Amino acid sequence: MSAEADTVSATAEAEARAVRDAAARARASQARRLMLAPWLCTIGFFLLWEVFCRVFGVSSYVLPAPSDILDATIAYWWPLLFHSFHTLWMTTAGFILAIVFGLVLGLALGASRFVHAGLYPLLVGFNAIPKVAVVPILVIWFGVGWLPAVLTAFMISFFPIVVNVATGLATIEPEVEDVLRALGARKLDIMLKVGVPRSLPYFFGSLKVAITLAYVGSVIAEYNASRNGIGNLMARASADFNVPLLFAALIALAVLGIMIYAVMAWLERRMTAWAQRSQFAA
Amino acid sequence: MAKGKVSRLNAFVALKDVTHAYGSGDGFPAVEHLSLSIAEGEFAAVVGPSGCGKSTLMKLATGLQFPRAGTILVGGAPVTQPVRIAGMAFQNPTLLPWRTTLENLLLPLEIVEPHRSRLKRERGSYVAKAERLLAQVGLKGQGGKYPWELSGGMQQRASLCRALIHEPQLLLLDEPFGALDAFTREELWCVIRDLHAERRMTVVLVTHDLREATFLADRIFCMSARPGRIVAERVVDFPRPRDLEVTYTKAFIDIVHELRGHIADARKTA
Ligand SMILES: Nc1ncnc2c1ncn2[C@@H]1O[C@H](COP(=O)(O)OP(=O)(O)OP(=O)(O)O)[C@@H](O)[C@H]1O
Ligand SMILES: [Mg+2]
Repeated sequence: MSAEADTVSATAEAEARAVRDAAARARASQARRLMLAPWLCTIGFFLLWEVFCRVFGVSSYVLPAPSDILDATIAYWWPLLFHSFHTLWMTTAGFILAIVFGLVLGLALGASRFVHAGLYPLLVGFNAIPKVAVVPILVIWFGVGWLPAVLTAFMISFFPIVVNVATGLATIEPEVEDVLRALGARKLDIMLKVGVPRSLPYFFGSLKVAITLAYVGSVIAEYNASRNGIGNLMARASADFNVPLLFAALIALAVLGIMIYAVMAWLERRMTAWAQRSQFAA
Repeated sequence: MAKGKVSRLNAFVALKDVTHAYGSGDGFPAVEHLSLSIAEGEFAAVVGPSGCGKSTLMKLATGLQFPRAGTILVGGAPVTQPVRIAGMAFQNPTLLPWRTTLENLLLPLEIVEPHRSRLKRERGSYVAKAERLLAQVGLKGQGGKYPWELSGGMQQRASLCRALIHEPQLLLLDEPFGALDAFTREELWCVIRDLHAERRMTVVLVTHDLREATFLADRIFCMSARPGRIVAERVVDFPRPRDLEVTYTKAFIDIVHELRGHIADARKTA
């Protein structure tokens, strides 16, 4: 009787273990599938593209197949790499300018209602101007070269930084402010102790957007007013009707874009762990 | 109704005929002809219908808002700027999520003199003090945790500590236990009771819980509906230290009933 009960409980235990193991395996395989998903989708996308081009016999002057693009990438690997680095460099320079300027202006806007009221409409207006339209002016001022690219990258990317930093500062919970003011805190104390740390997640969040915009800005300027950079390479490739190279440049842009975005996303996670864990309302 | 009179001489917080309206124009006032006085070391509670101006009263007493009319004295001096001696805690713990609990506690010390200039040099002794305070409210050894790693009740305890760390002469509590469960609330009543017994600071507690007011306070002010003013003042003279058992006595329940009557009247006339 008791031996029977033992075997019963032993089987039950084994079954429970099997179920647990299966669940763990399922979780692990789901995690693996999640890791693989972006790769599978990307490869699938290019495969479909290739098949489409081959089946319909699309001319490589219209839409080159990925294999043509790959050939072009290999043939032009050095110019692609060189100009990518140039673009990256322009983007970074403009982006750093945007960070400095955006932080200063954002802090000023967030700290003073007067500055906010005065400058905000101006900023919105400036932001609404398509930056392509500004490039010719920059060329008139500075000539063709690296400066228009850096400045365009800067102009297009500082706005989100300003807005986010200012928002972080301006949305301090009134109760926190009351607690501190009842202790005799000055405005600067409140800014430094609460405002600035609070706006950091907004700031780092805005960097992802800003770097992508800066990148767009430098490519636009290079396309129109530079002798270097991916934008310029594309301008020349399109003048030569070298469509595969054009596409290779586009893909280089995309890869570079993903990389700089990933760097910013990583930075954001590193710097503002508390905001993500406390489900800070961003 | 027992109507205790505090002599104006030793009143620590005194509002005389205070009227206040928010906004710039002459909007409908939040409080009107509000007068009350609280003695030094006294535990006062303020009860009243929602929106009657209790939080406004707190802001006026701390100089975060200035009245349209009337005078406000704290510690014998007219309030012309934020008072600098008040510790405040709200229903919402408002701890800063990027600071650990201990760092949150030290925040007032980074602002209030003389601690502000001493904090760097004597950090060790200040940290020890903060840890003692945490232990007193039942958060022993939790100082290293971030606020979001604490439960709501624990956060509220920490917020209470933050209000007390600089040993304020005036402690203002605006519905500090409103969001807690009944057991935690009663536990924190005892924490506050003991802290008050130990330090003898002046406390103003805003609450909706009449049992809480009766258990903790020496004097309870009932406010009318907006625009708020004091419609009744009740002295609670149960001997201290009070045990939670007192809340089940007839005398206690009678006071709660009486207060309930005042609030009901105030709501009706609204
Ligand atoms: N910052 C503000 N600006 C304008 N009006 C306000 C402001 N704060 C409060 N009021 C108004 O003043 C009145 C009193 O508000 P107060 O916050 O003092 O009420 P309360 O008694 O604390 O209410 P509750 O019990 O719900 O917390 C309310 O009618 C409210 O609408
Ligand atoms: Mg209130």
